[in-house]
Amino acid sequence: MQPLMISVRNLRKTYQMGDVEVQALQDVSFDIRQGEFVSIMGPSGSGKSTLMNLLGCLDTPTSGSYLLDGVEVAQLTANDLSLVRAQKLGFIFQQYNLLPRQSALRNVEMPMIYRGVPAGERRRRATIALKIVGMGSRIEHRPNELSGGQQQRVAIARALVGSPAVVLADEPTGALDTKTSVEIMAILQRLNQAQGLTVILVTHEPDVAAYANRVLHVRDGLLISDGPPARDAGSDLQPALGLGPQAERDGVRRNRLNLVATSPGGGRWCGRSKWSDERIG
Amino acid sequence: MATTIMNTVGQAEHADDHALILTPLTTTGAAPIALWEVTRISLASLVANKTRSLLTMLGVIIGVASVVALLALGGGASTYITDQITAIGTNVLTVEPGSPSSQGPGNSGAAETLTLDDANAIIALNLPVIGVAPSFNGNGQLIAPAADKSATIAGITPAYQVINNLTLKSGTFLDDGQVKGASPVIVLGATVANDLFGSGQAVGQNVRIKDQPLRVIGVLAKKGSGGFGSVDDQAFVPVTLAQQRLFGGRTPDGNSWRVSSIALSVTKASDMSGVQSRIEMLLRDRHHLGTDGSKDDFRVMNQASFLATLTTITSLFTAFLAAVAGISLVVGGIGIMNIMLVSVTERTREIGLRKAVGARSGDILLQFIVEALVISLAGGLIGLALGAGLAFAVTLTGLLKTPVTLSAILLSVGFSMAVGLFFGIYPARRAAALNPIDALRYE
Repeated sequence: MQPLMISVRNLRKTYQMGDVEVQALQDVSFDIRQGEFVSIMGPSGSGKSTLMNLLGCLDTPTSGSYLLDGVEVAQLTANDLSLVRAQKLGFIFQQYNLLPRQSALRNVEMPMIYRGVPAGERRRRATIALKIVGMGSRIEHRPNELSGGQQQRVAIARALVGSPAVVLADEPTGALDTKTSVEIMAILQRLNQAQGLTVILVTHEPDVAAYANRVLHVRDGLLISDGPPARDAGSDLQPALGLGPQAERDGVRRNRLNLVATSPGGGRWCGRSKWSDERIG
Repeated sequence: MATTIMNTVGQAEHADDHALILTPLTTTGAAPIALWEVTRISLASLVANKTRSLLTMLGVIIGVASVVALLALGGGASTYITDQITAIGTNVLTVEPGSPSSQGPGNSGAAETLTLDDANAIIALNLPVIGVAPSFNGNGQLIAPAADKSATIAGITPAYQVINNLTLKSGTFLDDGQVKGASPVIVLGATVANDLFGSGQAVGQNVRIKDQPLRVIGVLAKKGSGGFGSVDDQAFVPVTLAQQRLFGGRTPDGNSWRVSSIALSVTKASDMSGVQSRIEMLLRDRHHLGTDGSKDDFRVMNQASFLATLTTITSLFTAFLAAVAGISLVVGGIGIMNIMLVSVTERTREIGLRKAVGARSGDILLQFIVEALVISLAGGLIGLALGAGLAFAVTLTGLLKTPVTLSAILLSVGFSMAVGLFFGIYPARRAAALNPIDALRYE
């Protein structure tokens, strides 16, 4: 049994919207062990973003306890939360959020600046991280010289580089086309399997969630189910798990393309496949 | 595009040979971010937005350039004026009636307590002076056959010529005999002679002042302006004539003749204070005043103190100009604040990202303050170069020597950085206060 990485008990988050009190998250409890690949699913407004913010130490809960890698972080100050994020967490965003005028290398080095890592070591680690995600030959490229998938790889490298306890991916394929999405998910899956990285993935796409070996469903601020990914529509997607890289790539792509054509919400993938040029500026 | 991606995927698989595993990072990051790291981030961001950075700097550039140039010009003008006065001679002491506590020129001559006997007593002291020149001045209308002119008419003695370095263009100066005899003779300043007689011969002609016919015996060479009232615009008569016939200079008790001032040129500058105190003691004794000087009815002035006053005035004027230029520097600072606020808004997601990966509020605050400081410092240095260039160009024209002093450099650059710091704090605080969740979602 792997050690506990995340232990959440009776987590509650209440927002004050004018006179109305909104219960974004009510009494959520679960554990995540080291090396798990967990998806958090739920429709918009379900509280999954709130849960993600709390797990990412970007926000503090109204009540409850959150043990991250052995540290109680529920009621830390903003500054201490910054420190926890720097040391224990890696973020992957839907819009990549790379610094637009800086090279891939600089982007990946950036988090380590705030951990006081010397420049030489930063460069060394950032280069390794970029190689791990297959961007070793493009370390001097700027985001506008990279495709969306390549940008997301850089973002994954940036999340990895500080050897975090947990990587949090918030809709990492939301701005990518189907094929690129598969590639990005394959990288995350490989990191999880080969390097034992703990990955928490927020998505509302069952296909994407299916890459995880455990899915938490959130609805109306409550955790409504916790178990392996649904095997119905996406069952033939699962061969991806555990297969060799080449087979994995081919297999997943074929299945996924098939899925696009047949699933009732098939249009969604196409609809979401626009490449966003939006960058932080 | 598809092939590109496939290739990189291929590379990823090859790279994944298990040698590429990131070892756990041991640095905690608990210490504040190093200042040079922040500076590097700020510089990178400023270089990335060159146009905007330059436009932001423009206000500071103009402000600093004008402060530096105006300080140099003011300093140059001040040096020019003092040089002119020094050329006249700083060894001149002037004794005037009036109390030393009231330094205003309006008071001088109010109580005309200084007499020709005082002047003679000073001469009798045998001080180390080149000459003692009492004078009794008035204003009058000079009437020549062809023209007339109002001018200052100075009643003087021959010593006046020596003390004031007057040279004659034609004719002769007054002599002792003419002073003793109150002879009706006159020496004209260059402008006066020109106004009365044009280019014609003035010496030998007659002019009339208050119905007194006076024979012109000399015309002074043109001296140009310098100090108070130029000698070019004056006419000179024997002091006795001025006192007795022209302006009525008899003292109230009727025993002596009043003078407007007594000028002395001290031989050596080091004797100045000694000579000054001897004269003060003598006059206090003669006027029966206390020895502490509190009741003096005269004052002794020297060119040095006049120079000091003038220097004060010119530096005040320079400071005033620099202050006006400084206002443009403050406006430049507001420009910095403006652009920094825009920049913070534009970079909301960058700020959110930096916070998400572990930057503390203090790190963000520092980054934006350093950016403002770098902008103002760079603007200050460019402005300094421009201002110094301007001052140098003025020097090259030969009109004025306009040196850029170290204090002007420190003042302008220091002030511009203070402005940058002051106006950078507010945008930096806004940036630091951003909530990472909202900042990351900012569109």
